[in-house]
Amino acid sequence: MMRFSTLVKHPADWMTGGQTEHGAVLTSRIRLARNLRRHPFPGWARREQRAAALDLMRPAVEALPAMKDAFSQELADLSSVQKQVLVERHLISREHAARSDGSAAVIERRQTFSLMLNEEDHLRMQAIRPGLQLTAAFNALSELDSELENSLEFAFDPTLGYLTTCPTNLGTGMRASAMLHLPGLVLSDQIGQVLQAVNKIGLAVRGLYGEGTESLGNLYQISNQSTLGESEETIIRRLERVISQVSTHEQNAREKLLEDDPAMVSDKIGRAYGVLRHAYIIDSKEALNHLSLLRLGGILGFFPPETVVLCDTLLMDIQPAHLQLLSGSKLAPEERDTIRAEIVRSRLHSLSSPDNRSNNNRRNPVSDSNNPGDP
Amino acid sequence: MKCDFCDKKATVFLTQLVEGQMKKVCLCDPCAKERGVTDPTGFSLADLLLGGLPGAGAPQAAGKTPAAASGGGRKCPTCGFTLDDLRRVRRFGCGDCYATFSEEVGQMVRGMHKGPSHVGKVPAGLMAMQVLHQRLEELRARLDQAIASESYEEAAGIRDEIRNLGEVKV
Repeated sequence: MMRFSTLVKHPADWMTGGQTEHGAVLTSRIRLARNLRRHPFPGWARREQRAAALDLMRPAVEALPAMKDAFSQELADLSSVQKQVLVERHLISREHAARSDGSAAVIERRQTFSLMLNEEDHLRMQAIRPGLQLTAAFNALSELDSELENSLEFAFDPTLGYLTTCPTNLGTGMRASAMLHLPGLVLSDQIGQVLQAVNKIGLAVRGLYGEGTESLGNLYQISNQSTLGESEETIIRRLERVISQVSTHEQNAREKLLEDDPAMVSDKIGRAYGVLRHAYIIDSKEALNHLSLLRLGGILGFFPPETVVLCDTLLMDIQPAHLQLLSGSKLAPEERDTIRAEIVRSRLHSLSSPDNRSNNNRRNPVSDSNNPGDP
Repeated sequence: MKCDFCDKKATVFLTQLVEGQMKKVCLCDPCAKERGVTDPTGFSLADLLLGGLPGAGAPQAAGKTPAAASGGGRKCPTCGFTLDDLRRVRRFGCGDCYATFSEEVGQMVRGMHKGPSHVGKVPAGLMAMQVLHQRLEELRARLDQAIASESYEEAAGIRDEIRNLGEVKV
């Protein structure tokens, strides 16, 4: 069985693979909700009923070929920092982290699949992929789901589809979502308009950590709301089309900004660079917002292209629980801000200033990355 | 702003979607505590609104919510979840609840999703049944049409087809 420290030691492939699609789409996620037939749902089950459901599901899940040597723990056996780290990595939900007795998380070694046992539903299964890959993520997860069917009997109704605790998930039980980085649309004040249009066609837009969370670092999640009355393929196809369109808008917005107001763009990116390189105290909100601009700089050629991956990794590492894990002790918020600034400074140490390059080579950046000693 | 239940100053403000409509309630601290508003898991605004807000809708007999009045005695035979529970949490107790409370499900699902019935993945074992189910629905719709247009010969044919399928056991 994999240990927690091994699981989170390295960033997952999907965290650092978002350079596709001009970097606008970071990750694609599919979540499927399933429940056991004739077992009360976790929220209504008595303690021993929940335990019985877990005893049934856990061996079935651990026996999946994809889950060989997976991380598998009851939530009661995880510390609050460990749970929070999993939340920050989007491997379990905030709701799941709040549970303890009778709930478990089983996470595949490379963190591409994670299964929550006894969340709001008996099973919440998730697949994550870098870039815009909802179809690939769905196919992989659906295969896993079909394998589970051989050993578990799911609650299903021919008319209502997969039966879930909350009727908002009936039917496919599927929530498909993508995480988008949209600094161009934010800087050009078009974000409201675009998000409104997305909302109008029945898709939900949320911040970095899902329902009710604020949008930080110009990151937005777009997902389907309706789960009944359309097939998984139809839902995913529409979502992929909309996300590609938003991504194109983002790209156009960036190009237009560079054309119309290059000084503003350079100023924003330069200031972000300055603050991140030289701050000694920085809270996560400020850090996220500056990292967002630094990432934009990486995409636009102000910095070497690998800066994008650097930013995506930092995005995760500067979150409160990750910092506590890294430092190995409980930190007061002020201490966190100091350590966060320290980590950011050291990671960006070799990143040279954006004004080192002229506007001419912006689109075709000359890599300075083989010169790590650059001040 | 004053509390909706007494005249004290309201300190708790709630907005919630109840059956597709935005509802707002303002409460003072003691009233909020008394009604369990501070416990986010066990609370639904629908209760407050249905349970008799002074001046909001018809006055309710004390302790008798409409839920209890209109046959709240229904209970899921598998898990014991009651209609009152459903009205309170807007969630279900187990898969069988959906059959027990099928009427309420219809109301809740309307407007929530793209369509009223499932399209998409079906557990492998249930696949055959699903195909059959869809075929039967189709035939029944055609039968209604045939009867409506008084094409009795066609209707008889469809009826036989339905009968044949029915023998396969749905």
